[in-house]
Amino acid sequence: MSILVDKHTRVICQGFTGAQGTLHSEQAIAYGTRLVGGVTPGKGGSTHLGLPTFNTVAAAVSATGADASVIYVPAPFCMDSILEALDAGIQLVVCITEGVPTLDMLRVKARFDIAGATLVGPNCPGVITPGECKIGIMPGDIHLPGKVGVVSRSGTLTYEAVKQTTDRGFGQSTCVGIGGDPIPGSNFIDILALFEEDPDTEAIVMVGEIGGTAEEDAAVYIKHSVSKPVVAYIAGVTAPPGRRMGHAGAIIAGGKGTAAEKFAALEDVGVKTVRSLAAIGEALADVTGWR
Amino acid sequence: MNLHEHQAKRLFARYGLPVPDGRAAKTADGACAAAAKLGGQRWAVKVQVHAGGRGKAGGVAVVDSVEEVRSFADRWLGRKLVTAQTDQEGQPVSSIYVERCTDIAQEFYLGAVVDRNLRRVVFMASTEGGVEIEKVAEATPDKILQAIIDPFLGAQPHQGRDLAFRLGLNKDQVKQFTALFLGLHKLFQELDCALLEINPLVVTGAGDLLCLDAKVNIDGNALFRQPALAKLRDPSQEDARENEASAFGLNYVALDGDIGCMVNGAGLAMGTMDLVKLYGGNPANFLDVGGSADRKAVSEAFKIILSDANVKAVLINIFGGIVSCAVIAEGIIGAVKEVGVKVPVVVRFEGNSAVAGRQTLSRSSLNIIAAESLEDAAKKAVAAAGGRP
Repeated sequence: MSILVDKHTRVICQGFTGAQGTLHSEQAIAYGTRLVGGVTPGKGGSTHLGLPTFNTVAAAVSATGADASVIYVPAPFCMDSILEALDAGIQLVVCITEGVPTLDMLRVKARFDIAGATLVGPNCPGVITPGECKIGIMPGDIHLPGKVGVVSRSGTLTYEAVKQTTDRGFGQSTCVGIGGDPIPGSNFIDILALFEEDPDTEAIVMVGEIGGTAEEDAAVYIKHSVSKPVVAYIAGVTAPPGRRMGHAGAIIAGGKGTAAEKFAALEDVGVKTVRSLAAIGEALADVTGWR
Repeated sequence: MNLHEHQAKRLFARYGLPVPDGRAAKTADGACAAAAKLGGQRWAVKVQVHAGGRGKAGGVAVVDSVEEVRSFADRWLGRKLVTAQTDQEGQPVSSIYVERCTDIAQEFYLGAVVDRNLRRVVFMASTEGGVEIEKVAEATPDKILQAIIDPFLGAQPHQGRDLAFRLGLNKDQVKQFTALFLGLHKLFQELDCALLEINPLVVTGAGDLLCLDAKVNIDGNALFRQPALAKLRDPSQEDARENEASAFGLNYVALDGDIGCMVNGAGLAMGTMDLVKLYGGNPANFLDVGGSADRKAVSEAFKIILSDANVKAVLINIFGGIVSCAVIAEGIIGAVKEVGVKVPVVVRFEGNSAVAGRQTLSRSSLNIIAAESLEDAAKKAVAAAGGRP
């Protein structure tokens, strides 16, 4: 078991024939992801990477039975692509692209809420269930099938957390990068709820960063609804207020969204927090008793 | 992206929102001519910088003669204004906004933001105008009135009326306020705003609403579809090094420490800064070389880091996902040869082509300190900068 994706997930790629779509589709296929085709308007009927290309997501879904889509199209076209996937009945959309306008995401997110479908991202590394399905840009070889659920707002910080759980032999059930934008498709709570339900996830690593209150909200949720041990790290203790730290959502605004507040909120509900991002694996061993 | 007040007010006027008559000028002569053209005996003169707190810092004045307009312009043009919201250097003043002066009977606050929690555009109004709204929100949250905007339907007139009546406006003013509220929402949506603020929104002596100040922040991600707004950008108000970095696809934020950091990924870049701090050092900057950094970008990143005279050591932390450590290594070597490096450089490579990257660096004759792990890298960088490891 795992969350969101497994070896049965039939994935299509939007922006399939572009540079990013091609590069990461090749890697996904090599990893063993069940990639069943791709979409590039105007290239329908052709073959790319040995897979069928379609003009529309609807055509791809009807021909391949796809149930997940990964999006690499440029930011100006993301809202359209995400909504196309939703309208074609795709239940899991993963948008990797960075730079989607915030007002686009407000509308997209509202549509997903109404439809009850799941959007991960944008501006994220994607989702991977090690050994089964890799949707996104993360390096596959640092992962190991296992029992830790990883959820993170940052790509490379996720890799650090993953490497530490792999080095200790714990492995990962599923890793979800929810992305660094102010309006993410899925937030910590959405993913924590899935990990709590998943019998193969025995502990959870949560990697947050400055900006917004997603970590504080997650803390309240963990208190009432998560029974599994959680280890959390928050990046940005040294970030100055009012400055955007790379990610669109990583900004301390009006004195709110500091790392200190987030650490405090998580510690209040019994989450094991670490101040050093190199200490995630060790903390996990501490709270679980795993050796 | 921030706009200047005079730019924001021009947009307001285009959307039919009430703003005072005003003109921007880049010279003292121009400011005097602007005052003469506007007419009247009394003007508000305001320095145009991307920072709040101008009034308290002396950057706003009410003057009664053209001579005073000139002396205000002479005092500020070409200088820097330091306010509570700027750094110690301040922001350069290259234009002055001259406005017809207004009698003020009452001051309000009206603003709109994207609320990340609610995932909606939210309008906020308050009777506590003219002061810092964050302080009002902190001390007396009940004085902040809210209207939450439906993402599909947009602002509705009843929401404007509700705010207006709760602000205590009279019947005529409620009509004006509702029109202002709807116009402001239209502007917010059509111009891809991240934040709008009118502080203060005033009732004039004649009983009419007027936007005395205007603050507009545009979503940088939306500039591709706002070409007219993109042209309003004023690089003089931004950090030169940060702009140089962004031209190469790098995210750079200057800090006041002495350990330069070059990292791939925004989260890891922050995490690396935090680790430096944890081991007793101080990061000189945040720098994310991005997920698809090439040799050129890395080389530029290195140059930007070294252009900060405070930097005593450089810490390079790369977890290669898409980006190859071998490419980063070549970029480092290129930059070091080009600019010359007198400070120690600590490198930690992990992931994609880490071994090849380490070999490339060790084969070069450069003085590079290889780190075994993340913690080791941070400790070595702190030690190299002369701190206690």
